[in-house]
Amino acid sequence: MNFALSDDQKLIRDSAENFLADASSSAAVRRAMENDTGYDPALWQRIGAELGWCGTHIPEAHGGLGLSFVELTLLMEQMGRRLVCTPFFSSICLAATALMEAAREDARRRLLPRLASGEMTATLALADSGVDWRPDALTASARRLGSRYVLEGRFRHVPDGASAELLLIPALLERRWALFAVDGKAKDLVRKPLKTLDPTRRIAEVRLDGVGLPEDALLGEGPEVGEGLNRTADFAAIALAAEQLGGAQQCLDLTLAYTAQRVQFGQPVASFQAVKHRCAEMMVMIEAARSVVYGAARVASAGPGTTELSLEAACAKSLASDAFFFCAQEAIQLHGGVGFTWEYDPQLYFKRAQGTSHWFGSTPALHERVASPLLGPAR
Amino acid sequence: MKMSDDEIFRLEVARWLRAHLRGEFECLRHRGGPGDEDAHPELRKRWERELARGGWTCVGWPREHGGRGLSIAQQVIFHEEYARAGGPGRMGHIGEGLIGPTLIAYGTEAQKRRFLPGIVAGTEFWCQGYSEPNAGSDLANVQTRARRDPATGEWVLHGQKVWTSLAHESQWIFVVARSDPESKGNRGLSFLLVPLDQPGIAIRPIKQLTGTAEFNEVFFDGARTAAENIVGQPGEGWAIAMALLGFERGVSTLGQQMHFAHELDLVCEMARVNGAASDPAIRARIAQAWIGLKVMRYNALRMLAGAQDGHLRREAMMYKYYWSNWHRELGKLAMDVLGPDGDVVSDDPTRTRLQQLFLFTRADTIYAGTNEIQLNIIAERALGMPKEPRFEKGKS
Repeated sequence: MNFALSDDQKLIRDSAENFLADASSSAAVRRAMENDTGYDPALWQRIGAELGWCGTHIPEAHGGLGLSFVELTLLMEQMGRRLVCTPFFSSICLAATALMEAAREDARRRLLPRLASGEMTATLALADSGVDWRPDALTASARRLGSRYVLEGRFRHVPDGASAELLLIPALLERRWALFAVDGKAKDLVRKPLKTLDPTRRIAEVRLDGVGLPEDALLGEGPEVGEGLNRTADFAAIALAAEQLGGAQQCLDLTLAYTAQRVQFGQPVASFQAVKHRCAEMMVMIEAARSVVYGAARVASAGPGTTELSLEAACAKSLASDAFFFCAQEAIQLHGGVGFTWEYDPQLYFKRAQGTSHWFGSTPALHERVASPLLGPAR
Repeated sequence: MKMSDDEIFRLEVARWLRAHLRGEFECLRHRGGPGDEDAHPELRKRWERELARGGWTCVGWPREHGGRGLSIAQQVIFHEEYARAGGPGRMGHIGEGLIGPTLIAYGTEAQKRRFLPGIVAGTEFWCQGYSEPNAGSDLANVQTRARRDPATGEWVLHGQKVWTSLAHESQWIFVVARSDPESKGNRGLSFLLVPLDQPGIAIRPIKQLTGTAEFNEVFFDGARTAAENIVGQPGEGWAIAMALLGFERGVSTLGQQMHFAHELDLVCEMARVNGAASDPAIRARIAQAWIGLKVMRYNALRMLAGAQDGHLRREAMMYKYYWSNWHRELGKLAMDVLGPDGDVVSDDPTRTRLQQLFLFTRADTIYAGTNEIQLNIIAERALGMPKEPRFEKGKS
């Protein structure tokens, strides 16, 4: 496995870094998080239409750039650094991946180009009743009504669930897995935006109270849908881990900048060993997470088997979650009093770190996923 | 499907090890690693010569110096297969991994001709003379003195080195000594190659908390070495010594990881057998250890990818801190899996192995730069934070 980035990959990373430093500054994030949708439509427009990021890992045949998962994680890392408020994760990492992994070819042909261009936003509803967000636990059900379908179900935490124009809903149809596309404006679809502790990412409760759907709303059915959605959850976990990695890195960078200029006892506090060692430990956790996130991204881009992918996702997500939380917590502590203020940014990262820590598996749940093949199932 | 050259090479290594790591060498499998370095020293020296006959020493050295000239990818394969086969801890690793590459980079032609063949052949063994009683973390505070004998031009050494592993099994030691008596700190040091078997040298083993003695004190009382046995110029000792440490982070880290993986396997097996595997806290710690192995593997691959651009990057700077703390935690985990049995000495080889792991890994976070020094290095060199204020004697 070669860990060197190609020149094109470096270019993608560096141009994203430069673009976002300006387009998603602290002030921009704070403006966006006050919006109804929680994001800045102008920034989303530029990411989708101008920069083409939305098409990164979508095949060229479906209107995308046909790049790999490695490029997608490089972008996610940079977006994580700047707490970018857009539906990129829900629309691209979740919904587009779900279409690629679990939908029939005609559905992919119809829907993916609109996601790749950024003209439409979408999300995937996953049941979070299980301990690690595996889609195994289906909470929605569908029944046929002539050539139409009727959908019932409830999803408690759907990323961008209130603003997405299209919702992908997994449901049990005649005791088989099925994936449906539901228009955001559908009758009897109830979307309740939730007030979140992390103001930089929106979540909604989604209820389907007998939503009637046309025939072509069924995107796929059968066991391959279940398998595809499990894989989607793992791909999304790796993408989210990359985002967390970027957030962790920014916590360290903010802390280095602050402690270098904050003077106490006649010296920058960055010169005190108690501070230096904490920063060094942040870097160790970040680089450990980086190695595993980059490794997982390479595995993910090479068409991995389902078990391999799920272990890579468990490693990457658990380390990135822990690194992000540790770094955000240290950023507050090492900023001292101002770290506790609304005005300084560590609080935003701290809340994002906690918010994302449970998505696609909390660390204890992911540890159990790793332990079971080594030690046998838990009793 | 046609096999790639690397796959063919992997089979070749595995086949050679299967054919040779047997008979009298069978008992060396998985032995002689850190914490077990005093296991079967004579037999392990014979094993070095066996490796040499097969052309499996110094596999990364250029051919012109007697190496095998393997690509980085093939070196990785060699170290992985060696560890997978349970190849014993290498008696020759200080010669092959440290002083050899240093001589190739900085030695004279005569030094290369004199010293490299013995390393390649597994007939001459080396140890490292850096640390002293008052030069531990503050390594530049070297007090061992070297002066020229005006009559013969020889170097004459007085002083003491400490924590010298394998000194009692080696023929040569490389020493950082103060050749300019007026100098302080990292100036005025010279890098000397000194034969150990002479009246001016005494070696005393240090009994460790493990009960074993891999480390030694080496006393120099008028020890001598020839004028030409200096690497670089007088006064360049610090630069050579630091360059040598750079060779320590080589591809062999991937072999080290296979060794670690084997130890984790032993812990998992013990947990399954004695029921500790049903404890959720133990399960979580074993999972973390397994994830840590993946970190080290991917981190090493990042190091190899980054090595192409020369300077030491973040993944290389955090590596020692990461593996040593991981390994120390594995030792504690092993004991917690053993439970009350861990306190009882028995002749069960797995239990003994895990008890040694527990005890010896306390050294991992101390030697080759303590945790505290590693964190300083990371903070100052990788993160660019300001240096600690340093206090000189006599100043407040």
